[in-house]
Amino acid sequence: MHMADALLSPAVGGTMWAVSAGAIAYCSAKVRSEPDERKVPLMGVLGAFLFAAQMINFTIPATGSSGHLGGGLLLAILLGPHAAFLTIASVLVVQALFFGDGGLLALGCNIFNMGFVTAFIVYPFIYKRILGANPSQGRMSLAIMLSAVAGLQLGPFCVVLQTYFSGISELPFSTFLLLMQPIHLAIGIVEGFVTVAVVSFVHRARPEILEGALRVRPIGNHPLRGVLISFLVAALLTGGILSRFASENPDGLEWAIAGVTGKEELSGPSRGIYGTLAAFQEKTAFLPDYAFRKTPAAAVRQEENDAGASDVRLGTSVAGVVGSLLTLGIACLVPFLLRKRHRVT
Amino acid sequence: MSHHIVEVKDLRHVYPDGTEALRGVSFRITHGESVAIIGANGAGKSTLLLHLNGCLVPTEGAVRVGDFPVTRSTLPEIRRAVGMVFQDPDDQLFLPTVREDVAFGPLNLGLPPDEVERRVEDALERVGAAHLVDRPPYHLSGGEKRRVAIATVLSMEPSILVLDEPTSGLDPHARRRLMGLLGEFHHTKIFTSHDLDMVLDLCERTIVLHEGMVKADGPTRDIFLDDRLLADCRLERPLSMQGCPICGTKK
Amino acid sequence: MATIDGTSLDFRLLDRLSEGHSAIHRLDPRAKVLATLFFLVSVVSFGKYEVSALFPFFLYPAALIALADLPALFLVRKTALVLPFAAVIGIFNPLLDSRILLHVGPLAISGGWISCASIIVRAALTVSAAFILVSVTGFPSICAALERLGMPRTFAVQLLFLYRYIFVLIEEGKRMSLARELRTFGGRGPGMKHFGSLVGHLLLRTWERAERIHRAMLARGFTGEFHPRRPCRFGAWETLYLLGWSALFLLFRLENIPRILGTLVAGVLE
Repeated sequence: MHMADALLSPAVGGTMWAVSAGAIAYCSAKVRSEPDERKVPLMGVLGAFLFAAQMINFTIPATGSSGHLGGGLLLAILLGPHAAFLTIASVLVVQALFFGDGGLLALGCNIFNMGFVTAFIVYPFIYKRILGANPSQGRMSLAIMLSAVAGLQLGPFCVVLQTYFSGISELPFSTFLLLMQPIHLAIGIVEGFVTVAVVSFVHRARPEILEGALRVRPIGNHPLRGVLISFLVAALLTGGILSRFASENPDGLEWAIAGVTGKEELSGPSRGIYGTLAAFQEKTAFLPDYAFRKTPAAAVRQEENDAGASDVRLGTSVAGVVGSLLTLGIACLVPFLLRKRHRVT
Repeated sequence: MSHHIVEVKDLRHVYPDGTEALRGVSFRITHGESVAIIGANGAGKSTLLLHLNGCLVPTEGAVRVGDFPVTRSTLPEIRRAVGMVFQDPDDQLFLPTVREDVAFGPLNLGLPPDEVERRVEDALERVGAAHLVDRPPYHLSGGEKRRVAIATVLSMEPSILVLDEPTSGLDPHARRRLMGLLGEFHHTKIFTSHDLDMVLDLCERTIVLHEGMVKADGPTRDIFLDDRLLADCRLERPLSMQGCPICGTKK
Repeated sequence: MATIDGTSLDFRLLDRLSEGHSAIHRLDPRAKVLATLFFLVSVVSFGKYEVSALFPFFLYPAALIALADLPALFLVRKTALVLPFAAVIGIFNPLLDSRILLHVGPLAISGGWISCASIIVRAALTVSAAFILVSVTGFPSICAALERLGMPRTFAVQLLFLYRYIFVLIEEGKRMSLARELRTFGGRGPGMKHFGSLVGHLLLRTWERAERIHRAMLARGFTGEFHPRRPCRFGAWETLYLLGWSALFLLFRLENIPRILGTLVAGVLE
């Protein structure tokens, strides 16, 4: 499943963006340094293939429902981790832009959950490990099955983590986890079967394609592990720094604003701007009870005791609602006004 | 200048899976000739074409273009001299706009920007596609795609044009228009095609390939009059040389 | 993704919008990409109980739809189709968070409903922003802009190739699955076994296509290096566009416009 902008906090989104952008830069350099420039069109066309393949549905036996190929693992098997990662990432970019799957800020999350997890965790540490040095057909099928399941457990697990740390959804961590993991176990098994079917077809029809892919440098060796670890450390660091700012001000995450006003980089804001912004935020908060959020019980008590204040609050609420409707009305009207002028000129 | 000569000598090609696609092909095409290579499916036409600009390396034998033998070290010169238009324009046009695609070759030649611009305009003008310059290739019609694909090669100003099935999949009007266009080029031209009427119109010379060998090589009209040869090679006379089905007259 | 036909048609429609000739279309893509980024960050940075303060942001899609002459209904429909995915997660909020945060007349509204509404409004804003960016910029220009902003060339080339062949391969996939469907009579999708060979075939054809493309590239002197050739100029208009929107987003983020408006109206009425 795609992580969505609407469930995302800037801290989590920014962290995952940083990690995914880093991985894209690293893999681009890697692919560029490979002598085989045939990969350039191959990766592109295989990305397009993934698109087309995802649109072809199949019937899942015994359930009557239909599913489609995810395909990340398939790409990793065919292209190796670096090229596969770039290809998956590119597919996600197009999905975000043209289909609204996830959204642009969540793109970092999605590239990580589907691309990074598949290419740099599942592929080297599960698929390659099980496959061993001289793979047989059976061994390969087993490796694919387990990798597909693992990938579709880890990916959604990341979605749960990202949602949880963003704090926009109220779903408790464990409930969400219980909701996501079993469904994706089923999806993972189906993905495994389908991938095995496609890979064994290719194996029969053009064995040299897979053999070529198998010969691609030994993977899961030290350089790759080093890369993985450094990425994880970087993620934890950025995440830690960003979430510190987030937890200091759980409502606003004003640091993002500071980024807009001050620097282009998403660096931490200075205390001064932060303070001013927080003051602004307090002054202008729409919901009258907003400030009570941290102590709801006290808020309710105060509310009961002070009928006069309650009236005032009612007034502001109505004002807020009226204002909202007005704003929406204006936003809807603007196109007509602008378009008219536009046409006349 | 001998730059426009294509010479193929005892060319043999065996694919890695053991298929012997070419079994000793020899011919010589001189400056300004327009030659068709015809033959049944699987006769080796496409394999032969891919040797002409070094996409495939001969298992045995040699290919010479102008003063250069086709080898790894001469590939840049060869590819500058031989402009190859592939059968499926979707394979040839891979950039976001027609302009970028036509400029792709000249930029790879390292030409300066204004020269590239001139060549792009020039090439598109020649194929009658100047108005398509900013369009994305996938929104073009079949005929437009084909003409743009030819422009992508013309922009490199090659001396020899090689076209694989140039009229396949075109409607009659687009086909006629393309044939007119090809007739205007004064390059050395080498075609493969199953469109024998086009061959009759455009090529004075025809080479017939059969099972990886040259079965016949001569003036197009003579070859199309040899019914025995045509039947042996799973070909037939072009429609325009067959009897008229309505009045029954034979040509 | 409902049907292949519908999806590819939608894709094409959205793609063709970028061929427009409005002043917005003509701007340097970098300005549009950065403005979208500021928009998204501003929207997402609100607290989870914020609903009304998000409303002014609708001005951005609305204004661009008008200025760039985009088909509003098409974009609204496309956005609406995506909303359920966010709503599925959002709908848990009312169940889990029942603290009353707001009274509107006799109605008591819990925090859960507010945050759920907030999620849906965010989704509408962020998703429509993405669609609008594509419609006024076009995918290749977005790639060019991202490359100029530091995205590696290899990835830019990858995106362009992917984009170029999506249309071709969707057509191929469509033809193949149609050919299968016409012979099944039940109209159901293929079982896994047939799916494997169907998709396997598509994969092999794709692979062969890649080989042909590579040959066509070599035939035109490709040596592994792409030469970008998209002149762009970040001029006064672009600066104005970017600064204008950023300032507006900042204002929307800092001042609750609907509340100010509401208070004003209330003041006038009294």
